[in-house]
Formats: sequence, C-alpha cells, structure tokens
Amino acid sequence: MSILVNKDTRVVVQGLTGKEGMFHAEQMIAYGTNVVAGVTPGKGGQSVLGVPVFNTVAEAVKQTGANVSLVFVPAAFAADSACEAADAGVALVVVISEHIPVMDMIRAKAFLNERGVKMVGPNCPGIITPGECKIGIQPGYIHKPGTVGLVSRSGTLTYEVVHQLTSAGLGQSTCIGIGGDPIIGLNFVQLLELFRNDPGTEAVCLIGEIGGDAEERAAAVVAAGYPKPVFGFVAGLTAPPGKRMGHAGAIISGSKGRAQDKLAAMEAAGITVVRALGEFGATVAKTLK
Amino acid sequence: MNVHEYQAKELMAQFGVPVPKGGLAQTTEEAVDVARGLSGDVFVVKAQIHAGGRGKGGGVKVCRNLDEVKDAAASILGMHLVTHQTGPDGKLVHKVWVEEGTDIARELYVAVVLDRGAERLAVMASPSGGMDIEKVAEETPELIFSTRMEPGQPIWDFQCRQLLFGCGLDAGQVRQGTKMLQALVTMAMAKDATLVEINPLAITGEGKLIALDGKINFDDSALRRNPDIAELKDPTETDPLELQATELGLNYIRLDGNVGTMVNGAGLAMATMDVVNMAGARAANFLDVGGGANEEMIGKGFEIILTDPNVQAILINIFGGILRCDVLAGGVVSAAKKIDLRVPLVVRLEGTNVAEGRKILEESGLAFEVAASMSEAAAKVAAVLGGQK
Repeated sequence: MSILVNKDTRVVVQGLTGKEGMFHAEQMIAYGTNVVAGVTPGKGGQSVLGVPVFNTVAEAVKQTGANVSLVFVPAAFAADSACEAADAGVALVVVISEHIPVMDMIRAKAFLNERGVKMVGPNCPGIITPGECKIGIQPGYIHKPGTVGLVSRSGTLTYEVVHQLTSAGLGQSTCIGIGGDPIIGLNFVQLLELFRNDPGTEAVCLIGEIGGDAEERAAAVVAAGYPKPVFGFVAGLTAPPGKRMGHAGAIISGSKGRAQDKLAAMEAAGITVVRALGEFGATVAKTLK
Repeated sequence: MNVHEYQAKELMAQFGVPVPKGGLAQTTEEAVDVARGLSGDVFVVKAQIHAGGRGKGGGVKVCRNLDEVKDAAASILGMHLVTHQTGPDGKLVHKVWVEEGTDIARELYVAVVLDRGAERLAVMASPSGGMDIEKVAEETPELIFSTRMEPGQPIWDFQCRQLLFGCGLDAGQVRQGTKMLQALVTMAMAKDATLVEINPLAITGEGKLIALDGKINFDDSALRRNPDIAELKDPTETDPLELQATELGLNYIRLDGNVGTMVNGAGLAMATMDVVNMAGARAANFLDVGGGANEEMIGKGFEIILTDPNVQAILINIFGGILRCDVLAGGVVSAAKKIDLRVPLVVRLEGTNVAEGRKILEESGLAFEVAASMSEAAAKVAAVLGGQK
C-alpha cells in the first residue's frame, strides 16, 4: 500500500521535450512508471521516448487518461503549467522547477485549492512509491518497497535518509519531497493525515529544516494523537539567523524558524528526534524492530 | 534581496507614499549640501547599511544646524556600525541619507508581509511604532492588528479601516492611511516584495502620515522580471566571497569556522554543516554545488573554499544519485589535481557505484581521507584538525 501514487498512476510530463524533462522521464519509464503523455505547446503530434506529445494538458488527459502531472518547465512558466494541469482535471500536480516567484505561487495555489487539486513541490525531488511509481528526479535504486513513510523538505538530504533506511533493511511505502520554498503544496500535516489512514504505512519520518513553522504544526498533529511512530530530523541546527541556507524557505527570521524550537516541539509531541543525521536509519531500525 | 532605507523610500514615494524630503551623501561636504537644499531647521543624518537598530548603535543623528550635520556625517561615514543585526564587527558605513526633520506626534508600525502559513500576503499595523515589533507581538499581542489578502483581490478599504481605527487614528488619518496601505500592497505585488515595513510611520503635529523609515525584502526568484529592482543591489553589503560564488553559480554562505564544506544539495549541505559543528569543529561555510554535482562545479567549489584564508581542512560530502559515485570521484580527483590543495581533504561519498568511487579516491595518489558515513567524516575532520595543532 501507499499514498497518492501507485502502479496504476498515469503520468503526463509537462516539458517532456526539454533536456531535463526527457532525461528524467526516461529514468521514470525505466523504473516502471506509466508515463502516458507529454505536453509541450507547439510540439503536439510528436512522439518522444515512445510517448505521445500534446499541445495542451487538457488534450493529453482526454486522449490518455493521465491523472498525475509532472511539471518540468522553467520557473517563469511553472505556475502557469501547474494551473493548466489542475484545470485539465488531474488529481495531483508534482512541480520540480525551482526559483518560481512567490507571488506566482500564491495565485497558483489558490487556483489549485479552488479545484481541489493537490500539489507536491515546487522545488522538490518529487514523489515515489518504491517498486511501483517514481515521479520526479530521485535515484530510484536507493529505495525499497516497505512500510516506512517519509516526508522531506529537501532533495539530496532525503536520498541520504532513504539510503540509510534501505541499508538498515527498512523499505518505504511512499516518499515525498515537499520542497524548500516558502509556499508549497502538500505539507507535513496533510501528509501525516494521509499516512495515518494508509494500512501499508507503519511509521513516518519527517525531515525538516529551518524556516517557517511546518515542523511545529506537524508536532501539534502528533501531540493530539497519532497511531504510528514518528521520527524527526531538522537540518540547520547550527545555521546563523538571517541567512538563506540554499532553499528560499530555509531562513531564520528574528526568533522564528529556529531548528532548536522545532526539535523541542517534536520531542514534546512524542516524536523520536534524531540530532545526528548519520544515526537516522539505525535509530528507526532499532525502534521498529 | 534587501535594499537600503533610501532606496526603499524612493520606491515607496514612486507609489505615492509620503516620505520626508532628503538626499544621499557619501562625503561630509555632500551631506551639508543636501541639508542646505532642504527646508526647516532640523535635519536627520542616517547611516545606510542593511541592518536594523541603527539608532542605538549611533548611526542616526538629529541635527539643529549645518555644522551639526557636518559633524554627524563625519562621525557616521566610515564608522563600523554595530547593531544587534550586524554581528560584533559591525558594518562599514559608505553612505548617509540626510532628510528634513519631522515633527512627530505619534509613531505607528505598518507592514505588508508574506504569511507562509496562510499562503498569502498579510497587512499589519500597530500603534506601538518605533519599537522592536517582535517584542511588541510577544509582550502586547493585542496591539498588533492584521488582515489577510485574498489571492487575486485588492486590499479593500474596510480592511485598512479595521487596522487603522484599531490603531486609534481619527477619520482623516484613516483616509490617508488607507491610501498608504493600498500603495504599499500595490508596490509589493508589482515588484515582488515579500516584506515591506515602515517602522516608524509618523503622525505629525499637523496630523499628516509620513514614512520615517522603510525596509523592503524582494523575492530573489522574481528579480529577472524586475530589472529595476535587481539594479538596487549593493555589492558592498555582500561578503566578497559570496559575490564571487554567485558569479560561479554556487550557493555559498561564509561562516566563521575553519572547515570548508562542499556538498551537493542545500538540505544535505545544511546537515553537513551541523554535523561538523556538532563534532567540535567549526564549519567555514555552507556550500551547495547543486544536486547533480559534476567535476566543473567541484572545481569551482575548491576555488571558492580555498579563497577563504581561515580554511584549514575541507570536507566533501556527496550523495551520488543520478550521477554515479565513480564519475564523481573522478571529478574530485581531477579537480584536486588542478589546484594547489594546501589543506587536508576528507571525502565522504555515498550512493550509486560507491565502491568503485572510493577505490578511485584511494588509488588517486592524493592524500585523501575517505569516510564511509557522515559521522565518520565529521570525526575524521575533527581528528585532522586536532593533529595539526
């Protein structure tokens, strides 16, 4: 079992004909993902990697029954692409693009919310249900089917944790990179709720970082009663205030967004906090076995 | 991206926000000239650096005549102004803003901010202007009024009235304030600002509203479509190494330690910095060479790290995902051979083809310490530094 995506998911890739889009779509197909369509305005009628290309997402959905879109277009056009996918009726839009202006995301998020369409990202590695469906840029081989759910605000940090879990013999139900921007789609709280109801998930890992209050909100959900063990890590414990640590959303402003406050909230909620990243996999393994 | 007070005021004035008349000066003579061209008999000389708390640090002076303006400018220009936001070394003041003094009856606070949780802009106002607003929010939250903007909607008059009557303004002042808040929102949306703050917003003895300070943060991701804003960037406000790194396409932040770190991906780079610091060493920087690190980026990373004279050891931490570890190891070896590597190097590789990658490192003939895990990498760095002392 899993959440959001599985072997029946039908993916349309927006920006399939671009260099990055094509490279990662090829990797996704090799992993076993059903990539059923591509969209590049003006290139409708072509075929790339054996996948038909359409001018609009609406057309792609109509012709192929795609139900999840992957957005792989430059930042300036990404918000528009997400809205196009939502309007075409997909259930989930996964946005990989980074450096999307915040004002664009405010409008796009409201557009998606009105239509009840979920989003993962932007500025994220994507979502994967190991062994079934990979939508994004993750290295597929580090994952292994299993029962640990994982949600992370980062990219390579996620891979590090997944690798540790797999090396410790723990497979994953679904792993979601929710992105490092100030405004994102699905967040820790919403994903905790989805994992709560997924019989295939036995434990959840939350990989956070400085900035915002997503970790504190997640801790409140767990504190109110959560049926599965939750593990937490927060990057940036030693980050100086006022400096953007790579991600647009990873910044301590004033007294807000500090890692120590997030870790304290998590611990108070009963989340098992791991401070030394190198020990994450072993800690989860020890607790679950 | 941050801008100076004078730039914020000029931009706000373009959108119709009243600000005091004034001018920029880089020398004491220029400061006196600016003051001579202003009316009134009180002038304010203000240091222009990107930091709050300038007044307490001696960077803002009220002057009664031109001689005092001259003295104030002489003392502020060239000083290392230390505030709670600058760090202990302070910031060198290159420019002062000289403006007409304002007859202040009351001081308010107003701001347009990105509310991350609500995923929209929020507009805030407080009658407790001129103070640290975080402190006001903590100690007297009832003195902070806020309203959220609906995406795609303007800020309606009623929203402004709620905020401003809340602050105790009279009807005439509320009318002025409504126009001002609407101008600030229009500016924020037009120029992609994620924070616009006026603290204090003064009400004069005559009942007029005027912005005595201005702080704006612009969204870096939107600078390309706002070239006029991108031009406002002051390179002297950024660490020279950080500027150089930006030109090389690297995501680099200088810190005060002696262990250079090079990592692929921002989250992992932050976690690596933490691991180094927690092992008892001090990271000299945060450096993300990009999720798909390659030889070219690693070479650039070496270049920037070694420009920092404080660096006594380097830790490379790379998770090979789509890019294989053997290719990455080849990149590290080849980049290291091209430079004069004067400090010990610890390399931790993980991911696809990791065994082949480590073999390449070990057989390179270079004095690498190879670590198998993050904990081991940090311990090796600490050991290497300990051995040097």
